[in-house]
This record gives sequence, C-alpha cells and structure tokens, in this order.
Amino acid sequence: MKIYEHQVKDLFRKYAIPVPKGIVARTVSEAVSAARSLGSLPVVVKAQTHAGGRGKAGGILVAATLEEAKAAASALLGRNLVTDQTGPEGQPVNALLIEERVEAARELYLGLTIDRAKKCPALIVCGKGGVEIEELARQEPDKVVVEHIDPAFGLRPFQASRPFFSLEIPPGTVGALASVAMALYRLFLASDGSILEINPLVLTDAGAIVALDAKMTIDDNALFRQPDLVSLSDPGSESGLEAEARRAGLNYIKLKGNVGCMVNGAGLAMATMDLIKLAGAEPANFLDVGGGATSEMVKEGLRILLSDPDVQLLFINVFGGILRCDVLARGLAAGAEELSVKLPVIVRLEGTNKKKGQEILAASGISFVSVGSLKEAAERIKCEMARGRPA
Amino acid sequence: MILVDQETRVLVQGITGAEGAFHTAQMRQYGTKVVAGVTPGKGGSPHEGIPVFNTVRDAVRETGASASAVFVRPASAADAVMEAADGGVDLVVCLTEGIPVLDMVAATAYTAKKRVRLIGPNTPGIISPERCKIGVMAGYIHRKGPVGVVSRSGTLTYEAVHQLTLAGIGQSTCVGIGGDPVGGLSFVEILDLFEEDGETEAVVLIGEIGGTQEEEAAEFFRSKGTKPLVAFIAGLTAPPDRRMGHAGAIISRGQGGAEAKIRALEDAGVTVARSLAELGESVMDVMSARKNRKER
Repeated sequence: MKIYEHQVKDLFRKYAIPVPKGIVARTVSEAVSAARSLGSLPVVVKAQTHAGGRGKAGGILVAATLEEAKAAASALLGRNLVTDQTGPEGQPVNALLIEERVEAARELYLGLTIDRAKKCPALIVCGKGGVEIEELARQEPDKVVVEHIDPAFGLRPFQASRPFFSLEIPPGTVGALASVAMALYRLFLASDGSILEINPLVLTDAGAIVALDAKMTIDDNALFRQPDLVSLSDPGSESGLEAEARRAGLNYIKLKGNVGCMVNGAGLAMATMDLIKLAGAEPANFLDVGGGATSEMVKEGLRILLSDPDVQLLFINVFGGILRCDVLARGLAAGAEELSVKLPVIVRLEGTNKKKGQEILAASGISFVSVGSLKEAAERIKCEMARGRPA
Repeated sequence: MILVDQETRVLVQGITGAEGAFHTAQMRQYGTKVVAGVTPGKGGSPHEGIPVFNTVRDAVRETGASASAVFVRPASAADAVMEAADGGVDLVVCLTEGIPVLDMVAATAYTAKKRVRLIGPNTPGIISPERCKIGVMAGYIHRKGPVGVVSRSGTLTYEAVHQLTLAGIGQSTCVGIGGDPVGGLSFVEILDLFEEDGETEAVVLIGEIGGTQEEEAAEFFRSKGTKPLVAFIAGLTAPPDRRMGHAGAIISRGQGGAEAKIRALEDAGVTVARSLAELGESVMDVMSARKNRKER
C-alpha cells in the first residue's frame, strides 16, 4: 500500500525528521489561503498522487504570487496526472500540498528498503539527489553507498554516519544527517515499510537539513497490525473494477488487451497471460481467484470480466487443487444465468473433480469450447482472435 | 531425492486449526509419517490419534520429530518457524501465506543462525513422490522418477508436474520455495542439493518476475551445473510496479522483469521453455538427448 507525500511528511514530523512548512488543500480556494497563511512567497504547489515522476510530468509547480498559486491549483486539481510511472490513464489529483520553497545548497538521497537477496533491510545513501535512485546509481555509482542492517542489532549509529563521511559532507553536518537516518529506520520498522525514501534530502546554505520529498510503500501483509496506516489508504486511486474485485476478495489487475482470463493461482495466472500473448493476442487482465474461492467469488469474477468493455474472448484456465473444478463450474453457471454471456468462452479444467466440473458447465447452457491442454488452448485463442478481428 | 524421504518424522504446528487438521489427514493418507502436533494450550489431548504438545521442544523430545510443517496464521507464523528452529528439528516447511516481510527477515536470520533449513513461506511445500509429502499439493499428480522440480509458484508447479507425469517422466523431489520476497532455501541452494542427489538426473526450475533468484540460478548453472536444467519464467506480460498476486512477484523499479531472467538463463546454457504449454516437451527433449548421449 502506498500513502501520499503529505501523509509521509506528517509521520516524519512525529519522528523529528525536518520537513518544509506545508498545508494540504483540496480546493482552489483552500490552496490560495494555504499559500497566504504560509506567509512567504514563492510557494510550491505539489499534486498528491501515489506514483512518482510528478516533477517531470508537470505535477509540481512553483508560484511566485497568490495569483500564480491559484492558477497552479486550478490546473492541477481534478486532473489525471500521467507520469512515466503511471499507466496512460494516469492518477487523479484530488489534493495538493502547498509548501514553502526551500533553496537547496546540496541535494542527497536517503532511503530504506528490504534487500531480498541478503534478507535484511538496507540503508541507501547517495551523494546526489532529486533524481530516481536507479538513475542515480547509473549516473554516479561511486556516490551510492549501501549499509546492510543486521535485524538482530538494528541500524547502528556508525552505519548511519559512515555513508555521509564517504560523500564529502561537511563533518559538522554528519551527526544531524545520521540522526535523520536513525529516525527513518525507526519509522521504517514501526510502519512495516517496504520502501521509504527521502529524495531529495536537502542541505541549505544556513546549514539546515530538510526532507523535501518523501515516498513510502507499506508491506500489504502487515496491514493487519497497522490500523493507523490503513486509515490513510485511498481506494479512489484504484480503477473501479480493481476496487470492486478487491472487495470481493479477488486478485484482479486490469491490462490493455482483449482476452479476459480467469485462473487460480498467481503463477498460473501470469503464465496464462503470457500464453495468450504468445498466441498473438493480448490479455485484458490478471485475475487470480485464489485457492479458497467460493462459487460466489467465481461468479463475481465473471461479472467483473464481462464488465470490461475491452474483453472480446474469455479464457478460463483452472488447475483444481484446493479450488475444486466443480466449485468453479457452479460459480460460472450461476453467473451465466444472470449475465448473458455473448462472448466466445474457452475453458480448460484440470485437477480435482474435473469431470464433475465439466458436467456442470455442459448443463449450464453456456456455449463454450472445452480444451484438454494448454497447447490446445493456445491454438483456440489464436483461431478465435483471427475470426473476430475486423478485416 | 532431497530433504525428505520415507524416514522423515513430521510434526505439524497448528494441527488443530482447520488448514492444519485437513492437510495432516491428507499427508498421512499419502504415507507421510506425522508423529506429533503442536498447538500451544492444547497439549495432552491427541488429535486423530496423533499426540499433541504445547511446545515444539516437547514434541521433538517425545517423538523424535525431524521436520515441522507450519500451518499457523500469518501474525504468529514467523514465531512458529523460530520455535521450530529452536526446538530441534532439521527442516521447517512454512505453508502460511501473508506473513509480514519484516517478520520473515527476523525468522530467516534466526533459522540461519540455528543452521536449520527453512522452506517457504507461502509455498505448497515439498514432496518426494511415493515417499513423503509435507505440504498442500495434490499427491496423485506426482510420480516417482528422475526429475527434480523447484518453483516459486504453487499452481504452476502442479501444471508442470502434471505435464511431466503425463509424459511418463517421474519426479525425485518437488520443492516450492515460496512466493514471498524473503524466505528460506533459495533456488541456488536447492539446485546444489539436486546436483549432489544420485536419483536426480535433470531439474525443472519454475521462476517468475521479481527479485534476482533466477539470475543467481543461471550463474550457479554456468559455474557448477552438470545436470540438464529446463526453466520456465512466468510474467512476460506483467506490468511494472504491480504486485502479481505473490508479494514477491513484482517488477520493482525496472528490476526483476521476465525478459532479463530468461536472457540470463539462456546465456548460461539453460533450456528455457517460452510457453508453459511446452514445458513438458522441453523436458522430454532434454531427457532423451541425455539418454542418447549416455548410450553412445
């Protein structure tokens, strides 16, 4: 789960990580009064979206006057911001963060993440900031310093300061920067972070340290013990069908193609998408109904697939294990009774109670093509798509 | 055959829960020696004739259990793994899905320190066909034979095993290493065990997007692999920054994409099946080529 910049900065304040003065605005007039009450111009008007790359996409504007602040707010609020980290549909801008402008003498990067290979948290510091860390690592590999954190001992003070000494930071500032790193690690642990970044972390001419931008991703598996963070989630940032699927307990991701697929298991669902692509078509979605799916959930899954106007063909691929084929078939049959299924449907059932599942489907009145293997499925998809394609 | 055999004595943590009870019955039916259960607070009252203990330490002392299957809810599962590692078993198989990553960071550091092998979490488990199953996979699709299988995905493993069995190719051991970002035994560690195993003649590796384990497996194969390796990688069409079901299956910041993994494996000389539909055939080709070489 991701939270917004202004929400991360509220957490920073609690952990004594210095941030610029700022006020959240949800309307143009709120934005103007926020700019006024900050008491100094210029101000920075920042679109609040979960995806990064806002600056380059025009989502962060500097306003020298209240008039300019008003214009910036009108331009950003209500718009869908498309960045290189969003899809072409972008993400809606429903809130702005109006901040005082901070002049940077130097920009750094400071981040925490989990190093999967080393199975521990890692502190990452870069002597340059303001650009994506991957880009920084490409441009200036010598300026990226990583400290692996032993989970039994936590981030040690020497590790929190060592990277800054190697980056030609004025020695008088290193202590304060190390304190920011230590505080960031405490927040990372306390909030079950998977990524927590300050980029840029700014040094001013006056010698102050300010976290100018902040990003945080929280481990979805840990949300059960993070009720305060869950209350910060914004379901509005998800597309309609994805939110509906989530409520039904389904794992659904909308994609660009037109072959809708329903699969059990995340790995098989991905492999099924790939199979569709190899057959010369494009998957319309990822849909994992999961091992514990009920007939009700399958029915809801079918409804979601049919609600997607892009879908021209359905491919149901299930390897029954914990989810039995008859349970799946009953859900499909019930769904088909309520929703008229006019699209071609290809079904491949394998595993537990396969025969029973096929019988239920045959009796359901859904017109579908049953295939025995994945190879056959790929052939059918190819053939159906060729037939359906306008000449 | 690696890690588990007909002599493996299994204890089940969470044996009185719904999942634990169901799969204990299934494992016994398959022939696994389930010798003990552990549910804190329910020690002393047997479950279906299996003695139940409050602690892993008691269970190991009383029954000589050598492996543990963890069917404990996500909030307590990492603690159960650590208790097992401290309690005296050699192998812990953690089936639980949805454990917080930071909990697994602690648990993997702990098991490593105790020199206990951990499989999972979020795995279908491990099976040496016709001898021992510790997990939730359907036993009947497996046959005993010469091919080792290692995978990050559950249903994809079933699919692969099914194709192998239909093609008349049995399996030595099938290991699901799990779909989480941080877990126990890695692809490389399992490949190393298959290399040493006399029964295993070839290995199937099923990877997916996210992380660097497939690339590390490629490097292992290049430097040490003597047995043919056939791989399949799921997620060629996965969009970046979206978690594809498994917590570990995410192309994060342009890293962990399927193309790069396939390239690394092919460069190292691994046979990569581009389509899941062709995985069984690829293994058949590799096996018959090996047989021909042997006969010549």
